[in-house]
Amino acid sequence: MDETVLDGNAIGGLLIEVFGTEMTTAVGTCGSCGATSQVAELAVYMPGLGTVVRCRSCEAVLMVFVRIRDVTCVDLMGLASLS
Amino acid sequence: MPPVSRGFHRKRQEVPADRVPPGQYVTRDFPVLSAGPTPRTALSRWTFSVEGGHEPKSWTWEEFRALPSEKLTTDIHCVTRWSKLDTAWEGVSLDVLLTGLEHDASYALAFSDGGYTTNVPVADLLGGKAWVAFGYGGGPLGAEHGGPARLLVPHLYFWKSAKWVRGLRLLAEDQPGFWENYGYNMYGDPWREQRYEGD
Amino acid sequence: MAGTAVRGRLNTWLTATVGAVSDETARVRTLRLEVPGWAGHRAGQHVDIRLTADDGYQAERAYSIASAPGEPLAITVERLDDGEVSPYLTEEVREGDELEVRGPIGGYFVWEPSLSAPLLLAAGGSGVVPLRSMLRERLRAGSTVPVRLLYSSRSLDDVIYRKELDAAPAGVEVIHALTRSQPPGWTGYARRVDKRMLAEVAWPAAPPDGASKPLAYVCGPTSFVEAVAAGLVDLGYPPVRVRTERFGASGL
Repeated sequence: MDETVLDGNAIGGLLIEVFGTEMTTAVGTCGSCGATSQVAELAVYMPGLGTVVRCRSCEAVLMVFVRIRDVTCVDLMGLASLS
Repeated sequence: MPPVSRGFHRKRQEVPADRVPPGQYVTRDFPVLSAGPTPRTALSRWTFSVEGGHEPKSWTWEEFRALPSEKLTTDIHCVTRWSKLDTAWEGVSLDVLLTGLEHDASYALAFSDGGYTTNVPVADLLGGKAWVAFGYGGGPLGAEHGGPARLLVPHLYFWKSAKWVRGLRLLAEDQPGFWENYGYNMYGDPWREQRYEGD
Repeated sequence: MAGTAVRGRLNTWLTATVGAVSDETARVRTLRLEVPGWAGHRAGQHVDIRLTADDGYQAERAYSIASAPGEPLAITVERLDDGEVSPYLTEEVREGDELEVRGPIGGYFVWEPSLSAPLLLAAGGSGVVPLRSMLRERLRAGSTVPVRLLYSSRSLDDVIYRKELDAAPAGVEVIHALTRSQPPGWTGYARRVDKRMLAEVAWPAAPPDGASKPLAYVCGPTSFVEAVAAGLVDLGYPPVRVRTERFGASGL
């Protein structure tokens, strides 16, 4: 059991910064396995270098956020959709 | 300018600056920082392979552990600013793994269980500078710290020391790995504070 | 437009002045925050706190809101030994100090009095903070939904909001699980939460016809949340009626 894994609640503020609105109840569809989940329930890893959000079903990377010198790089390519 | 919070400061350094690279603080912990779940590959299925040479090379766990290995004590430096001094490791040198392997590569991309990758020049893997480590602190390397084996390249920022390493892809051109793709430095020398692209 | 204005406020760092601070336990402190322009919050939400050192260094952390909607904003912080921010907030900070606040944040782990389902609240350590906000909101709104709070702590001395929980109003039952040490004569649970304990404490997943199915909110260290959520689903709770908020590793 990985003690350090969080969930989408932990990145609520980051998501508001990136999307301009509350996103924890948005529904994401995994581009790899098709599983759907509210963002609040996704697996979130924050190793300090960036934030990696993964599908709880298949562990595929759905979103990556990296903040360097006040610019946040946002990679949503693992999601089939986010609404 | 945001309001200053009286009395707040970053964690302080306790050791002389020549022992610790710029911008780092010393910790006695060994933080577990991962971008994904801890893989649990059975040793019976574990292999370490080197691809991209004139011939592919691969070792099973038994073959890998039969190679000459060595113990070393070294400092490690994470780009998130913590440094840990005098860490004790045991592993197989990359000099041993790459001995006799013919290739034209100047760069390598290390790959791990779970999909993590990171790039290191071949020159930085040779000459007693890098290991595939299976032991830490006098015992087997724990899964949360990259066991059964991780890459260990202590002269570069620690994100280059890929946990759960399964092999190297030898390349003619440098290729960004997972974090490098998002703006982390392609090389990562802590003494020149090469944290990000452009440093 | 009202919508745009709300988004602007959510994404803005506001200056907060620390008001009264009170120690809940040896490691846990509640801080009142005075924030001009604060728009209020919903029970269960959190705020991001940002500290700036005099050399410009900044650190941000998220903390659950301990107060109910309509009450003065307060957060409760647990000191993590190897932390950078929590030792500052629990030991150094004084009334009158300034920090920055962003929020309120969260639309998933929230409770409103309009929800009529019986509540099962499960707290691991400092996971009790957002649940306490829900309990205070329930009281403030005059809600009569039955509540069971299963609260796991290392010892009685580590129970946060102990007096308040001992005086819980009618309809709220607090069940403690003390995992490391218990006072003499303790007859309550003396172990970590497990399936057997959940089966004894949780509202039945399938109540008699017509009654609302219970709603569960689980908050605390990741291992606690995973164990409780899985246990409740095993007891028949639909996953959609088990809301979770993970706080990462801790010393529970």
